[in-house]
Formats: sequence, structure tokens, C-alpha cells
Amino acid sequence: MSAPNASADTGKPIAFVSAKQLRERMHDAVNDPHLRSSFRGAMDFLMAKRAAQFPDADELDSLRSLSEGIRQYSLTRLPDLLEQLEANLTRNGVKVHWAETPEEANAIMLGIAQRHQARLIVKGKSMVSEEIEFNHAMEAAGVGALESDMGEYIVQLAGEKPSHIIMPAIHQTKQQIAKLFAEHIPGVSYTDNVDALIQIGRRVLREKFEIADIGLSGVNFAVAETGTLCLVENEGNGRMCTTVPKVHIAITGIEKVVEKLEHVAPLFSILTRSATGQAVSTYFNMISGPRKANEKDGPEEVHLVLLDNGRSQAYADEQLRKTLQCIRCGACMNHCPVYTRIGGHAYGTTYPGPIGKIVSPHMMGLEQTHLLPTASTLCGACGEVCPVKIPIPELLIRLRGEAQSEPHANPAMVGQGAGYSGLTTFVWRMWARVYSRPGSYRAFSWLASRFRALAPKNQAGWTAARTPLTPAPRRLRDMVRDRR
Amino acid sequence: MTARDRILAKLRGAQPATPNPLPSLDEHYAPRARGESVAERAARFKAGIEAFHADVHFSTDADWPALLARLCVEKAVGTLLYGGDTPAGRRLDAATFAGTTLRPWAGQVEEIKADLFHRVGAGFTQARGAIAETGSLILWPSDAEPRTLSLVPPVHFALLDARTIQPTFFDAIRAEGWSAGMPTNALLISGPSKTADIQQTLAYGAHGPKELIVIVTHAEGEPQ
Repeated sequence: MSAPNASADTGKPIAFVSAKQLRERMHDAVNDPHLRSSFRGAMDFLMAKRAAQFPDADELDSLRSLSEGIRQYSLTRLPDLLEQLEANLTRNGVKVHWAETPEEANAIMLGIAQRHQARLIVKGKSMVSEEIEFNHAMEAAGVGALESDMGEYIVQLAGEKPSHIIMPAIHQTKQQIAKLFAEHIPGVSYTDNVDALIQIGRRVLREKFEIADIGLSGVNFAVAETGTLCLVENEGNGRMCTTVPKVHIAITGIEKVVEKLEHVAPLFSILTRSATGQAVSTYFNMISGPRKANEKDGPEEVHLVLLDNGRSQAYADEQLRKTLQCIRCGACMNHCPVYTRIGGHAYGTTYPGPIGKIVSPHMMGLEQTHLLPTASTLCGACGEVCPVKIPIPELLIRLRGEAQSEPHANPAMVGQGAGYSGLTTFVWRMWARVYSRPGSYRAFSWLASRFRALAPKNQAGWTAARTPLTPAPRRLRDMVRDRR
Repeated sequence: MTARDRILAKLRGAQPATPNPLPSLDEHYAPRARGESVAERAARFKAGIEAFHADVHFSTDADWPALLARLCVEKAVGTLLYGGDTPAGRRLDAATFAGTTLRPWAGQVEEIKADLFHRVGAGFTQARGAIAETGSLILWPSDAEPRTLSLVPPVHFALLDARTIQPTFFDAIRAEGWSAGMPTNALLISGPSKTADIQQTLAYGAHGPKELIVIVTHAEGEPQ
């Protein structure tokens, strides 16, 4: 395990590789037939599994509307619910921490680790911990952070980042994983039998659950009225991390809170069905406090870290706030024609795919991410399958506008105008002027057909993959006139 | 100002004056089957959880300890760990379990961790209830039945009274008034642990139990 969580080329954490290189990475990804076929197969599989979970269109519609309504209600009450959550968790014996930035979150958790002289933190799956480069920060301070979700463990062994928020190692074949295990795990010889590989992972990681000082997890839903942290998982590693070590640290974005326990029922149902096409996950783990005096197991300390990292920026704008409805099911990426062709790594952000394109600009600023919203065909599939009805295509258009409009005062987003080009704006303004006036349009089209031979052969982005456009020799209006 | 104050101030500054209306959960859940008999509900539960690779056995209040003993022999369970101080735990006696050592949980987990991880063949717990819609067990671990009983041993046996099966998770939360007070840990369990993280190939026995066996009693009774 040399330098887990770092890019093989640079040794730096991968999120520090600029998202500006998006075009090059996409080009490489599209030209990798192996990657394309593995993602195509995986996405077809996940789409079919999801569809099988929703045979009744009316029920799906009702459940989506309900889930959207619960998320919107919760968000409009967000500050109240966060305070209620904090009060109830504190009453239950959970210590609540707040962090505005990834650095603050890591410092809080490192502080807890150092107070316990922790050498090993065993981790359940948490995308927020990926977002803040938790493993890197701990390694830098000499504390081991080991992923225990099978997919995350594989990705960590390979020194990569997850390529999908639900199935982190979806880009790896079993042969690649077999090689990885044989190379990195002492005493393991090559086998590409999936059951055997999982049993190897089980054996290695069980030793770690037994000795780890701290368990880290994410949170799927935080319930304000009871002070309960809910975790969705299949493997049991989440339960291990939150039950066996003496200290449990949970980290989550501030948007994950709902008011009532009963609000979790529909959200949990639509989450597992949308994500992996399961009626329910193997475990739904509801944690409301540390081990009580008379109890025999469970962590003696439980901490919750609430992270902002750009979420309050999205919150401040009524339209952008809808980004925060997300329950991280990954259905938008499974149905995205762009994600399917380029895979999760090409985006260069912790969260790939459609949701990544609308959430990353708030976390990283538009300076880094202004190209992301353009990596879309606006086909609308993401919005159609979203279990909480986030209008992702509308938000992509909004973000394109934020990125490409002229920089102005009091912008809604950090990095507004980062993609602004004076020339592009001028060209479109002229086009609008010509096309919105019948006289000038008539004159322009007459000139265009007459001087069609002068049409440029190099038409920027258009001719990168297509033959040049040439105006027709006769205009439509001329042909219509002849027929009369 | 602390990070907390700054975050809350930013949110308060942008919070809408009136919250969005909350949609009606009852309306969505109203059409679900609630008039069904215990036996029908138990059958739906069985079909659901078996689809997740659990085994379900129907038994009676008198016979289940003998069935559990027989299943322990079948699964070659050397040591069965369980909560001794529960209604179900008190029903287990060494005479019935000829081939299996009965070990009631004693002490803190730290004292028995090595045995729990390496020597216990199965854990036995009661289920608080279940959910028919999805085939899920409801467990509320306690001082008498610690959390790891249903997690660490390779086989998990659960005893379920069919009269406690609810139509949906929503019904369980509502009917049993969960919001009035949650235990430190509550669980829904739907089958043995599993993963599809390697090439979407489903494999059982990921990090938790490799097998989940549910013994259902009172399937002919009236709802409680």
C-alpha cells in the first residue's frame, strides 16, 4: 500500500489535479474501449435493476413527489433542524462539531484521533470523507485510515479514487482486482473467483475491525427529532466501523437532516431502489448515541462532524438550493450518456456524473469547474430518474450562465464569470441582433447564400469532429416563393 | 464567531420566511395492505427476506428451541452466543443443545472480543418485529442482547413473533411510536451481509454474517 489515495503520476491527492484538464481526460477516456465497455455493461445492469424495482409508474410518481416534498420542506427549515439535531444528539451523548471547510473538518477529526492516540482508523463508505481528502490528511499526520467497504478498499489498494459514488470500483475488472490482491496482500495468490476475492477482503478487514482505535462513517439521513444518524449499507462494514471501535466519528454535509424519523421511511425506500435496484439494503443502521453505562458493546464516544464546504452558497439561491435535495443514490450517473462513455475519473471531481456537475462548483468554485456543466447533452435523463426530482438539466443551464456571463458584483457563486469570453459574447450578441430583425436576417441570408464559397473551412468546435457547414445555394424563402 | 455560528448565520440569512408545506405521508402509505392476516403478512415477509438469501423456518412457541438446536447441528455451530437474560434466552437449555455449546453473553465486548471474532459459531437474538413489504427484521439491540451478536458471528439466528410484523417501515415507526425514544442502536436487517462491488457479481458473507436464519412463531395468531 504505497501512497494510497494519491495519483500515480503526481503523488498528490487526486482532487488537486485541476478540473481544467477535463477535455484531455475525456478524450483519453473515450478512446479507451475497455473502460467504455465496462461502464456500458455496468450502467445497463444498474438501469435494468432500477426499472425492475418500479413496475408501478403511479407508485413511483407518488414516492418521488413525496420524497421531493420532504427534502424541500427539510431544506426550508434547515437551520432550525440543524439546531434541533444538535440539541438532541448532545442530549443523547453525541458530540457535535461544525466545519466550514475541509481543512477544519480534518483538523477536528485529527484532534479526536490524537486525543485517543489512535494509530488506525477503519472507515465505512463516506463520500464526504473523499470530498475532504480525509485519508490523505490522516496519512500526512501519521494516522492510518483504512477503507473497509469492499469497493473502497479495492480503490484504496490501487491508489485511486472512487469512479462511482455507490460502486466505487466499478471501473475495475475482477482480473485487475485479482492481480491487485495478489500483489498487495501478503500470502494471497492470484484468483479471479469473486467469492474467493470477497473472502480474502473479509479476512484482512476483520483483523482491522478488531484492532482499530476509531471507526469513521458517513451519514445517509440525520433525524432532528430523535437525534439519530442513519446509515444504509449491504456489507456490514458500516456496522463494524460504528460498533466495534471505542470511538465512532460520523461526518456529513449539513444538508442531510430531516425533521422526523418517519420522513426517513420513503427516502430510504426510494434511495435503495434508485441506487442499486434493491427493494431494501441488507442493513439500515440507526445510531442515537454511544454505549450506555449498562450496555455491553458499541462505541464509548460518538462524534458528528457537520460540514458546509460550499453547501451554504447553494442554499442562498432558491434555484441552486435544489442541488441540496440530493440523497446520493447515483441514478443520475447510471442513466447519463456522458458518464457511461467517460466513466467517473474523467470528471476529476469527488462526485462525478450529473450530480457532480451541479454540486462540485459550489465546493470547488467555478474557476476550477466551469467546464463541468458543459459536459452534458441536456438529454434530461438525469432529471427524469432523480428520486427527489432535482431539475438537473435546468441547473446545468443555470451554471453555464453563471460561468459564462460577464463577471459582476455580488455573484451567486464563487468564480462567477470564470468561463467568460468577450469574443463569444460579442458573436452571440451579433447573431441575436441579426436573427431577431426580419430585415437584417433577410439581408444576412441573401449574402450567406451568395457568398457561400467563402464559408470558413475551420469552424472551431463544430469542425473538430464534423464536416464544415456551408450555407445552401438557395434560401428556403426563395424556394417557397418559386413554388407559389 | 465560531464555525457553527457562521454556518447558521449564512443559512438563516437565506432561509425562506415560511417553510415549504410538508406533503402527506399518510396519503402515500394509506393504500398499503393493512387488513391482511398474520399468516398472509408472515408469508409476504418470508418471500421478501428469502429473496435476500435468508432462510425462514416456521415453528411454534413450544417447539422453536428444539428447531434452533437442530439447525445448530445442521450448520455445525460449535458455540452459540446469545443473551441469557431475555425471554427467549431463558428457554435455551444445554440438554436440548447436544452438539452445541451454549454461551450466554457475559461481560463487556472488550473482554470477549477474541472469542466473538474467532471462536463463536453463531449469534442468536430476538427480533423486535419485522416489515412485510421488504422482508426486513427489526432489531433493537440492548444491554441483554448487544449489537455485535447479530453482526460478528458468521451465522445469525433470529427469533420472530409473526404477530409483530408490520406492513411497512413507516407503519412500524408510527404504530410503535419510535419517535418517543430511540435506543442507542436500532437496525433493519434484510438477509446476510453481501456485496456486488466486484464486477456487479453478488457475493454473500461480506463483513457481517454469511447466513441469516429466521425462526417465525405465532404465524397463525392474531395481530398484536
